[in-house]
Amino acid sequence: MNDVKKSEVGKHGQKREPLIHITKRVGVPIWKSIMIRAIAIGAALVVCGVLTMLFTGDNPLSIYASFFVGAFGDPQKIWFTMQNLVILLGIALAVTPAFKMKFWNTGAEGQVLAGGLATAMCMFWLGGKIPDWFLIIVMLTAGVAAGMLWGILPAVFKAKWNTNETLFTLMMNYVAIQLIEWFLKIADKTGSNTVGPTVLKYGWLPDLFGQKYLFNIIVVAALTVFIYIYLKYSKHGYEISVVGESEKTARYIGINVPKVIIRTMALSGAICGLMGFLLVGVTSHSISADTAGGRGFTAIMVSWLAQFNPIFMVLTSLLLVFLGRGAEEVSTKFDLNQSFSDIVTGIILFFIIGCEFFIRYKVNFRGHHEKKENN
Amino acid sequence: MEAYALELKKVTKHFGSIVANKNVNLALRKGEILAVLGENGSGKTTLMNMIAGIYFPDEGEIYINGEQVIIASPKDAFKYKIGMVHQHFRLIDVFTAAENIVLGVKNENKRLSKAVESVKAISEKYGFELDPKKKIYEMSVSEKQTVEILKVLYRGADILILDEPTAVLTPQETKKLFDVMRRMKEDGKSIIIITHKMHEVMEISDRVAILRKGEYIDTVETAATDENQLTEMMVGKKVALNIDRTDPVNPKERLRITGLNTVNKENVKTLSDVSFSVYGGEILGIAGIAGSGQRELLESVAGLQPIESGEITYFAPATKENGTEDDEPVNLRDKTPIQIRDLGVRLSFVPEDRLGMGLVGNMDIIDNMMLRSYRGGRSVFVDRKPPHELADEIIKSLEVVTPGATTPVRRLSGGNVQKVLVGREIAAAPTVLMAAYPVRGLDINSSYMIYNLLNQQKEHGVAVIFVGEDLDVLTELCDRILVLCGGKITGILDGRKAKKEEIGLLMTKVEGGIANE
Repeated sequence: MNDVKKSEVGKHGQKREPLIHITKRVGVPIWKSIMIRAIAIGAALVVCGVLTMLFTGDNPLSIYASFFVGAFGDPQKIWFTMQNLVILLGIALAVTPAFKMKFWNTGAEGQVLAGGLATAMCMFWLGGKIPDWFLIIVMLTAGVAAGMLWGILPAVFKAKWNTNETLFTLMMNYVAIQLIEWFLKIADKTGSNTVGPTVLKYGWLPDLFGQKYLFNIIVVAALTVFIYIYLKYSKHGYEISVVGESEKTARYIGINVPKVIIRTMALSGAICGLMGFLLVGVTSHSISADTAGGRGFTAIMVSWLAQFNPIFMVLTSLLLVFLGRGAEEVSTKFDLNQSFSDIVTGIILFFIIGCEFFIRYKVNFRGHHEKKENN
Repeated sequence: MEAYALELKKVTKHFGSIVANKNVNLALRKGEILAVLGENGSGKTTLMNMIAGIYFPDEGEIYINGEQVIIASPKDAFKYKIGMVHQHFRLIDVFTAAENIVLGVKNENKRLSKAVESVKAISEKYGFELDPKKKIYEMSVSEKQTVEILKVLYRGADILILDEPTAVLTPQETKKLFDVMRRMKEDGKSIIIITHKMHEVMEISDRVAILRKGEYIDTVETAATDENQLTEMMVGKKVALNIDRTDPVNPKERLRITGLNTVNKENVKTLSDVSFSVYGGEILGIAGIAGSGQRELLESVAGLQPIESGEITYFAPATKENGTEDDEPVNLRDKTPIQIRDLGVRLSFVPEDRLGMGLVGNMDIIDNMMLRSYRGGRSVFVDRKPPHELADEIIKSLEVVTPGATTPVRRLSGGNVQKVLVGREIAAAPTVLMAAYPVRGLDINSSYMIYNLLNQQKEHGVAVIFVGEDLDVLTELCDRILVLCGGKITGILDGRKAKKEEIGLLMTKVEGGIANE
């Protein structure tokens, strides 16, 4: 058990009881952890409000209101928020099996881009030469395969030579970005940094019920259920947990650890590749180095905040998307610098992540025993 | 009356909701050896850590020579001349003994040669044998312990706390340590020794303080008590301290190892030319200093350790189903654990590292039961029903103390963790059962329960391999005792006739003489 403490010397050099000491909480009841989180969000809003008043003179309440307007103001905004939500959620679902295995995959960004790039390349070179329905199948296969390749490479090196997966996956991101730059030069002679729908005009999936984003939402909803069941009830999921908790135990009971590492990263990369396909092939019909937009990294936070539970991830990705969309609205509406909304988002996240400490540990101040006795 | 060297009054310490020490009183006279006796989890180490300034008591007072003091850090403890030798050594491997000893002492004459001299002087005074210029990584466990003790003496400690110092020593080394302790006592030092080996308490201590479940029970004069009374005070009820040893019935060869050689990652030999057989219906004990090749031996059999050369053969018992008369030999060499199981070899293994290898600490009892069986069946999903039933059965039959089958095993106490692991391994109905240090860290009741389980397996005709460290237990439990030293077999003795001293000598035997003598 941890028992961190600071000693303090009193006025006369006399040693006294440490000012604060921190003890670990055991078995925190759910209501208490929810309460601590609620207090954290409340405190975050108050701090943000005070800062807003001090620096802009605007009414904090109206700023919070426009957060909501930005995310859920009209049907179009809601659809757009949903689109952002499902893509982020999908990538978070992708990294989760790897994280449960304690394989720190920081390469989701690159895996998504690789999937997107493979999709775009199919659209560019095969578009018009084969029937559209067949092209879509090829795009999907290529996108998933490319993402999978980006996932498998670091996994093989980790499994065979125990290379550091964090660095390896991170570097693979830059490879993907550079490959996209190369493709942009070939596909768009004007030197633009985006290849758009005018070039990638084949292989578009028809909108479901006239809704551009509905297909993505259905795919990711199914994926959420799949990952939840996969991790919790399948033999593969069980093996992932054992390898993640203790490689020694895994070997002791005869799990083929390299196989599990490679298989899990193949899945992780494949789902990222699928997200790349959704982004490029289904939704935007365009590709740039910014297609993933940092969501490969935000997804890590989504997954961690939800403690790797796919169902909780719906909530944590909603929170992050809401903050992002709302902050955009605020900075345009109040004519504030983009940085201001970043500050607000940062403060809220700081409180939410920081409160985890208070859920796990209890802080005792000097003299708390006396108080207890007086009560 | 002279003031006590150290006195604790009503000391209480909580960790979260767990009470580690509750209203503990303890008094140490000047120039005495006080044994603190208690089972694992009775709060001995926590209490000592509060004296050494590592923890701060929630409530209670500490007096040194009759004066109340506040010990808020190890530095304070040092100031009051208290020195603690921890169970797990705190030494820097690449430094020499002398460098480790002077480390952290302020206002020091900077020249190391001075320090070497004074270390030598202390060594001579109390009869330590140590080369101050030797590096820690070249040292045996007992030498490292000597460095730890010299460290606190060099700092001028008058009160020494030794936390289970004999756990890692051979009988010969223990004897030497006790000689040193007696000389320190004559020199006026006051010593607290933590141990749960009863005969050591009787041999070395003047008085015994007993703790049970974090509470102080009593302090008694050693001369006025006996082992049975102490055990009763420690456990809270009478415990029969004997193990039934039945004669092996119809012993049949179950496992034969011939000329086994292994090397570690640095290409150093860990086992050389090990050959022996294990028979059904017997317990074969394996004795040896920690790291003499016990782990490599068991892991070679379990398919976890690459083998340089040698053969491992398993003899499957004849069954009616396969119609065989003779025991069919199965070659286990170069097989993975899965291949071994697929060959129908009924081999169970209770590894030394329970939560790091045998079980997964963060998983509940059900999922830990499933480790052995989850692969069965064609479904892609795991079936948690049979392991749930097995978990409930083990909880019931082995009296596992747990809130339920869905409690993560890391939340259980050491004894209960081991019951879960041994229960699972026995449930696999083994022909050969290997157990490495199965009672390490367990209280008396749990230990005897494990001995009984091993005995039951033996009576069922299982070939049991028991790697142990307590020579008293080995000589009481095992039919034969195999002694390993430096990866070699130095003797296989009859468990009924073997003497502890004889085993101790074989444990330290090297070619052309005896180590450390």
